[in-house]
Amino acid sequence: MPENQAQPDTFPRLLLANAERLRERPAVREKDLGIWQTWSWGEVAMEVRTLACGLAALGFRRGDTLAIIGDNRPRLYWAMAAAQALGGVPVPLYQDAVANEMVYVFDDAEAQFAIVEDQEQVDKLIEILPRCPRLKHIVYDDPRGMRHYQQSQLLGYESLAERGRAFDAAHPDFYAGEVAKGKASDIGIMLYTSGTTGKPKGVCQTHRAFISSAQGGSRFDQLGPADSMLSYLPMAWVGDHLFSYAQWLVAGFTISCPESGDTVMTDMREIGPTYFFAPPRIFENLLTTVMIRMEDASAIKRALFRFFTDVARRCGAEILGRKPVAFADRLLYALGNVLIYGPLRNVLGMSRIRVAYTAGAAIGPDLFRFYRSIGVNLKQLYGSTETCAYVCLQPDGAVSFDSVGAPAPGVEVRIADNGEVLVRGPMLLKEYYRRPDATAESIDADGYFRTGDAGFFDANRQLKIIDRAKDVGKLATGAMYAPNYIENKLKFFPHIKEAVVFGNGRDRVCAFINIDVGSVGNWAERRAIPYAGYTDLAGKPEVYELIRECVEKVNAELAREDTLAGSQVHRFLILHKELDPDDDELTRTRKVRRGFVAEKYAALVDALYSDRAECHVETQIKFEDGRTGTVRADVRIREARILSRAQVKQAG
Amino acid sequence: MAQARNIGDVILKIDSISLAFGGVKALSEVSFDVREHEIRAIIGPNGAGKSSMLNVINGVYHPQQGSVTFRGVEHKQMRPHEAAKQGIARTFQNIALFKGMTVLDNIMTGRNLKMRAGVLAQAVWYGPALREEIEHRKAVERIIDFLEIQAYRKTPVGRLPYGLQKRVDLGRALAIEPCVLLLDEPMAGMNVEEKQDMCRFILDVNDHFGTTIVLIEHDMGVVMDISDRVVVLDYGRKIGDATPDQVRGNQAVIDAYLGVSH
Repeated sequence: MPENQAQPDTFPRLLLANAERLRERPAVREKDLGIWQTWSWGEVAMEVRTLACGLAALGFRRGDTLAIIGDNRPRLYWAMAAAQALGGVPVPLYQDAVANEMVYVFDDAEAQFAIVEDQEQVDKLIEILPRCPRLKHIVYDDPRGMRHYQQSQLLGYESLAERGRAFDAAHPDFYAGEVAKGKASDIGIMLYTSGTTGKPKGVCQTHRAFISSAQGGSRFDQLGPADSMLSYLPMAWVGDHLFSYAQWLVAGFTISCPESGDTVMTDMREIGPTYFFAPPRIFENLLTTVMIRMEDASAIKRALFRFFTDVARRCGAEILGRKPVAFADRLLYALGNVLIYGPLRNVLGMSRIRVAYTAGAAIGPDLFRFYRSIGVNLKQLYGSTETCAYVCLQPDGAVSFDSVGAPAPGVEVRIADNGEVLVRGPMLLKEYYRRPDATAESIDADGYFRTGDAGFFDANRQLKIIDRAKDVGKLATGAMYAPNYIENKLKFFPHIKEAVVFGNGRDRVCAFINIDVGSVGNWAERRAIPYAGYTDLAGKPEVYELIRECVEKVNAELAREDTLAGSQVHRFLILHKELDPDDDELTRTRKVRRGFVAEKYAALVDALYSDRAECHVETQIKFEDGRTGTVRADVRIREARILSRAQVKQAG
Repeated sequence: MAQARNIGDVILKIDSISLAFGGVKALSEVSFDVREHEIRAIIGPNGAGKSSMLNVINGVYHPQQGSVTFRGVEHKQMRPHEAAKQGIARTFQNIALFKGMTVLDNIMTGRNLKMRAGVLAQAVWYGPALREEIEHRKAVERIIDFLEIQAYRKTPVGRLPYGLQKRVDLGRALAIEPCVLLLDEPMAGMNVEEKQDMCRFILDVNDHFGTTIVLIEHDMGVVMDISDRVVVLDYGRKIGDATPDQVRGNQAVIDAYLGVSH
């Protein structure tokens, strides 16, 4: 697009421009009944127009909110655009939230309209209807199982489209008129924060904020209509909204919706995206699957794999980063590329990837280096819901695992005196919905947003995040204590899925561990250790021994750093149940609610700080369908070795 | 389950069936009927003759006495393939799938009776045979979508966990597009979550395709929840035949399950 021509400044206008410019090019793909279906930009624009007219016929007015709940389905993305076209605000919700959690958001956002994927979601909404009197219309996409529902609020997507076409025919100028009324400063979307601390808050973002973030990111990585992206992350997450919606419309690439949550890997192989975004957890699961399968492979394959992953570890990341590498290594790497890396990328569905990002949590150095070493251009970014997930990006050629990159184009970053990261730029939120107090608290007098993260700039002007600013505390000895930092180090071991450490204001650090059933289970099977599920496996002495080794390795790393040497883990236990968002122990984005966990398992924490070697616990758990049950277990507690600085040096 | 299904006329009538293996009497003069679109459960303690009853209905066993009337036609002896052709499909207590074949292929075998093209045409895979296969594949894909097993489409059945194999077994039975579906302990050996899923699928099949379902099940909770009427067998005799609520209060049934002192 020539420079002098103004870029459209709202999402509905962008969609119309794309329909004009990229008319027949694919905009959206979805796998249905085993076959990829494609909609061109022209078709998408038409669908959105019909949907918007349908909503208008139902009485959707400027400023109304539309709740969107479901897996990544094309029609749900279109609903977003349709609501925006009418000057309304789409509010995507996490599709795996239970009905009770939805009440709060429906109430807070005052949603009168909802569009949902299927019967499962409809059932939840019907359950909460008596508590959400404002909710007037529920539109569902998949009619399966819906034949006998009598509720007057319900309407099938097809019927809505029918009404939309009739309305459009009767008012042919309506849609264009509504789109023209939109302003860049209108609120384009409301995303709810995950609620790591307290109740979720509705973050209001304008069209301008997301469009400028998407433009910055697209220019940064030269994204264009030829790119392709897999949309599989929750639509309620800011990352998905930036990558699968804002950048989709700004750069004009193709998004593909997988057939179901379980088929993402197969679908990714079939689509071969060029642009990929995933939280570290997903990269980790992928690698674990590969490693487990490699261990079951034949001896020759295992030897080849080991040899060439060693080569890649030595020089792969340097070759990708265009740094000087010895000629012999270069040759070996080229051979490895043919024999191992290429086929491996293909299995992972990463053959065509130009740029891959990870964010949302710290990524393990081994994990990060592994992907880069096999030739996947994996980078990190930093951002939050309040900043459109757009603050720092790692430029090609300056990638490192322990920083999150340099400030993105158009973004100003400043470090406050207490180490908190402050940011300013067009991507900042307009406000927290109906929470002027929270808005005022989070934005300072100079217009900087307090991220709540503690960090600093390293020698290369790259931002490093160490912890949440409020989590950074002190041990009773006065030494600095950064819990996330320790937890992340623990979680970098494939056998450890979650870790919760305690130590603020105490004389030493202790930890709860959640083992990874896939990884430890496989380990146990190969050693012929029988087990009957998580709780049993977690209690095995052999598993304790395995985890103790991991903890001691972390202690050795901590001992090397002067400021953190006091934070070595003295005692640990393996929790008898997996931490679960259904039990409120994790947020929906799977971050640990440390305070809640400490309170819930206070007996275990006390035991950790006593001399006891065992503790009996009973815990209520919630099943997916909302019923409850009880787990009982005797949890063992073990000691880990603490190293002094001299010992570390001795070990080399 | 209060559903707005229209339960129709009697589609399957079992008339004083007696079946013996040598001196062992498996069934003695059992009679009951099944109405169109209903979910009919057969319950009873171990060895009561439940699976024998299903085997009589779809023609695997030939009773010494009595008859089975299906859609108004009386059969003294039904052969299994005739039963299948007339729209009676079943699943098995011990899963009887082809372990080495993929989920897709296993379900495709259920379409076998509906394939018209000759062996040669199918081998050459051209013209009508190709068009036919595409049609069948569409039907199979719809079943895969219905049972939510897209992720396992190309996985050999032997590698799947038990609960999923049961689902594939149901998928293959559905591929015949049956009007009566016989399910032999569809939930045996499943955990709570798998049972819930299976219940949902059975209700959905019944609701979506209008399929009449006859099922054997041990889990009383499931039976009471999803069936319209229940037949109770004990030692090859019918000791109860009523709605779930009535059966629950029937003294003979309680005795059969809990045992009585003689």
